[in-house]
Amino acid sequence: MLKLERLVIDNGGFLLSADLSATAGAKYAVIGPSGAGKSTLIGGIAGFHPIKSGHILWQGAEITDALPGKRPVAMLFQDGNLFPHLSVEQNIELGIDPDLRLSPDDQERVAQAIHRVGLAGLGTRRPAALSGGQQSRAALARVLVQGRPLLMLDEPFAALGPALKADMLDLVDTLVRESGATLLMVSHDPADARRIADEVILVAEGIAHPPQPTAKLLDDPPPALRAYLGAPDLP
Amino acid sequence: MAGRAQPVTPAPGVGAAVLVAALILGTLVAVALRAEGGRGLGPADWAAVRFTLLQAALSALFSVALAVPVARALARRRFAGRRVLIVLLGAPFILPVIVAVLGLLAVFGRSGWISDALGLVGVPPVQIYGLHGVVLAHVFFNLPLATRLILQGWQEIPAERFRLAAQLGAGPRAIRRLLEYPMLAQTVPGVMAVVFAICLTSFAVALTLGGGPRATTIELAIYQAFRFDFDLGRAALLGCIQIALTGAAALAALSVARGDGLGDGLDRPLQRWDALSRIALGLDTLVIALAVLFLLLPLAAIIVAGVPGLPLLPVSVLVAAGNSVVVAGLSTLLLLLLAVPMALAVAVGWSQGVELAGLLGLAVSPLVIGTGLFVIIRPLADPTALALPVTALVNALMALPFALRILVPSARQVVDRHGPLAVSLDMAGMPFLRRIAVPRMRAQIGFAAGLTAALSMGDLGVIALFADAERATLPLQVYRLMGAYRMEAAAGAALLLLILSVALFWILDRGGRWHAET
Repeated sequence: MLKLERLVIDNGGFLLSADLSATAGAKYAVIGPSGAGKSTLIGGIAGFHPIKSGHILWQGAEITDALPGKRPVAMLFQDGNLFPHLSVEQNIELGIDPDLRLSPDDQERVAQAIHRVGLAGLGTRRPAALSGGQQSRAALARVLVQGRPLLMLDEPFAALGPALKADMLDLVDTLVRESGATLLMVSHDPADARRIADEVILVAEGIAHPPQPTAKLLDDPPPALRAYLGAPDLP
Repeated sequence: MAGRAQPVTPAPGVGAAVLVAALILGTLVAVALRAEGGRGLGPADWAAVRFTLLQAALSALFSVALAVPVARALARRRFAGRRVLIVLLGAPFILPVIVAVLGLLAVFGRSGWISDALGLVGVPPVQIYGLHGVVLAHVFFNLPLATRLILQGWQEIPAERFRLAAQLGAGPRAIRRLLEYPMLAQTVPGVMAVVFAICLTSFAVALTLGGGPRATTIELAIYQAFRFDFDLGRAALLGCIQIALTGAAALAALSVARGDGLGDGLDRPLQRWDALSRIALGLDTLVIALAVLFLLLPLAAIIVAGVPGLPLLPVSVLVAAGNSVVVAGLSTLLLLLLAVPMALAVAVGWSQGVELAGLLGLAVSPLVIGTGLFVIIRPLADPTALALPVTALVNALMALPFALRILVPSARQVVDRHGPLAVSLDMAGMPFLRRIAVPRMRAQIGFAAGLTAALSMGDLGVIALFADAERATLPLQVYRLMGAYRMEAAAGAALLLLILSVALFWILDRGGRWHAET
């Protein structure tokens, strides 16, 4: 279980508070208005923003002050998820050893991951020689070999077209289901949340609210969310 | 409480900065403590101060006055080879001073091409030694730099302004008043200050073309006090004056100067609708042709004069060339060990202190650092035995400000773009350095290494203080051959020096871009 205890994250002066817990293995969408602090929440849990007060606990162990690379977190950013001067294979290998020293077993795992995300035969290419969707797949393959129990997505598929984005979300859904990882996914599209998330964490006005079941929250949104969603079909 | 996580620790870079600051400030303190103020400055010393200021002022004035028309012509004309020409304007930066001096002598000297031509019509040969020779050499070196800096000013005038001016039907005069004079008023003082500061610490040019009581710079006077009188106290006193002058000039230059002229290309497409008249076109063509001749003739002269001497080079020259390559290699290695960690420390937020330490090299002169190191080393070891390593060290310190200018922007970009992902992959530290930072900064590292190697290869400064008869670098050996009036051997050695400098720069710069992925 991921527990945020009276947590206050400081993102360059912008403060976001959160007091909530998330069940291991469940899938959460983080939604809310632009600038409300969605990325700050993810970044704070991943270790990129200073914690002003409170605690982050994973399975009961304190990770509040751990270095980002030492947390049980795999993260995909909005962009720049691959190093342009390394091959697809090397980019994935980084998920196993940051210094790229791999045993034959490790290399086998990389090959399987490449196969699993549908990039077989493209491992020696550089990211620039892949399409946007293929780049996302490569990044997901790395997440796969990282084997971290928490997966954070900060809208990595935002630049993809709607059909491709749906494909990627389905792939994420499958991979997370297989590995049993916990998913926290920032999104500004309620359809994404309905597609994949069990529960929704609403972030509004500097507060991350405890998760609520996706359908219930989206069908009957509270005022802050209703303003964001544009409240299209009120009876 | 965790701060912002960074992919590299600033510690090595901060350590390097502290080391650099301690070295430079330590030598300054050593010089200040050793100075003997008792007798004060003699008339010869005052003459050196006056000459230093006069030649630097004249060099700045002529360089900039001549650079303005060249820059204007380059700014408003498009022609084949323009890009190459602008890149070539950066070449004097890596051209060994002694090579240029020999080339200038071959063109403008007593028995040079111009004197010969004048002799045909019965005019006496021109005289190059003394104030005008020193200024001529400084203009040769700084006209290209000034042109690049002023051209940068021209190209920073937004294209929209020219479009608007053209739409309003502004002629050349109106363009000058509306756009060009305001830009020049902003740019020229900074360029003058930069050239003035560079010429203040002129040593090799003064050593070869100046000299005598009427054409001695402070830097040269330090050398003479050292070599001829072995009067360390007076050398140190002169050093103190030099510190005050260069420090003040560097501060002035840094506060008014914009841009550094190191960037490449400067080739933004810009359509101009003014200056279409034949006279303007003819004038621009003439100006560019003259500038090219002025810059290329001495180089051509050194090649013509040097080729016959190449196969006959004495062994002493070859040994000196070997020494120079070793010094340049050592200097480049030292520079990279200092500059890359410093650039990364700046990139992760330690900008002010580290960058300041990097700039210290601009505010001191090589001979002052040399004097200080001599004073510090003498009680511990024989300074002449350390001539080559000390030269390598001082060369690295002098190249540091330029190297940081090149490396810092690219280090910032690498840390900003790839830092978070690397941190989340637990790549902080050596893996980030080896797998991400160095590969991504390779082109800039190669460029900085090439500049340093070429600067060190051609440097004639500290080595002249420390060297004895057995130890010499190639530039010093060229100078000794000149002093012995063995001009043919000197020209051959100078050509070898030119080839080695350019080759070192080319190999390192290319090496950085070889198979570089973007």
